[in-house]
Amino acid sequence: MAAVIQLQRQFIDYTTSLYKEGYLDDQFTQLQKLQDESNPDFVVEVVSLFFEDSEKLLNNLATALQQKTVDYKQVDSHVHQFKGSSSSIGAQRVTNVCVHFRNFCEEKNLDGCLRCLQQAKHEYILVRNKLEALFRLEQQILQAGGSIPMME
Amino acid sequence: MGVAADSQFHVLAVDDSIIDRKLIERLLKTSSFQVTTVDSGSKALEFLGLHEDDEINTNQPSVSPNINQEVEVNLIITDYCMPGMTGYDLLKKVKKSSSFKDIPVVIMSSENVPSRISRCLEEGAEEFFLKPVRLSDVNKLKPHMMKTKIKETDHHQFNQENEKHQEQNELEIGEAESQQESNGNKRKSMEDEALTRQNKTQIQWWPYCRFD
Repeated sequence: MAAVIQLQRQFIDYTTSLYKEGYLDDQFTQLQKLQDESNPDFVVEVVSLFFEDSEKLLNNLATALQQKTVDYKQVDSHVHQFKGSSSSIGAQRVTNVCVHFRNFCEEKNLDGCLRCLQQAKHEYILVRNKLEALFRLEQQILQAGGSIPMME
Repeated sequence: MGVAADSQFHVLAVDDSIIDRKLIERLLKTSSFQVTTVDSGSKALEFLGLHEDDEINTNQPSVSPNINQEVEVNLIITDYCMPGMTGYDLLKKVKKSSSFKDIPVVIMSSENVPSRISRCLEEGAEEFFLKPVRLSDVNKLKPHMMKTKIKETDHHQFNQENEKHQEQNELEIGEAESQQESNGNKRKSMEDEALTRQNKTQIQWWPYCRFD
């Protein structure tokens, strides 16, 4: 019992820090609200789609920026997609990098784009690690017989 | 998917992003709507049974004639920025089609561009939602679907329904009889209302849009 309470405490603290540090925004809360007994894995499913999609996009971006003649419209199109998907799951820091990234595309600034790509990758990896840690915590709570606290 | 139920509204959701499709599907199902998702405008037209080049619904051998006869679509919700056919292109095609012009169309976009919003509303879109779309947005859809179920003569019942929904719908009630016209005046006033409403609730910043 004590283990469950401790895990739940950990969960609350961890989640709170993720919001505070801007890794997640309210959209993530909206996703959690859509999860229920009939769709118990909704958040994990959407986030998994985001992970798959993001990895593809990051690769596409790297390739596009390595071309002799960079097609900035194409690059921008990828960034637009990344911005959209990150925004849809509440990965705020990734979204913010994408905003800057699009500005550099507009300016056809290769240096700026390359820097943003690195930043985007970095932020993506961070949020991915944090979300995976969060999901692991959830599993631990459930396995210990507890329920996952609702965050408001 | 195949059964046309009177008690359930059927929404066709169009988005090229798999994440957004999953999200909109969940939002719509949570609101007890039947949902079909497709990943492009052309697939949406195909689902409706509307050939891309045709204005009139024809039963092409390549499209199962049963699909559009059994499955009624009560609303189309589409992303604006999509490769190939944009949501705006899809909106225009639907509104030009004699068979489907009365289906309400809602546009979703991640970009807050007033000229884009007004263009869509002028072309006949009922609503314009900023992404990420929320449950509160989806709650605005039912009145639009009720409109097409209730005949034009039933203004009174329609008015009563809409008193529960305070948003832009209010502007349309008095003008329900002009629904069959091409929406010039109505859209102008709706557009102002929509921009104001958008300003109040959703506009935080003005990003540069490159898809217009």
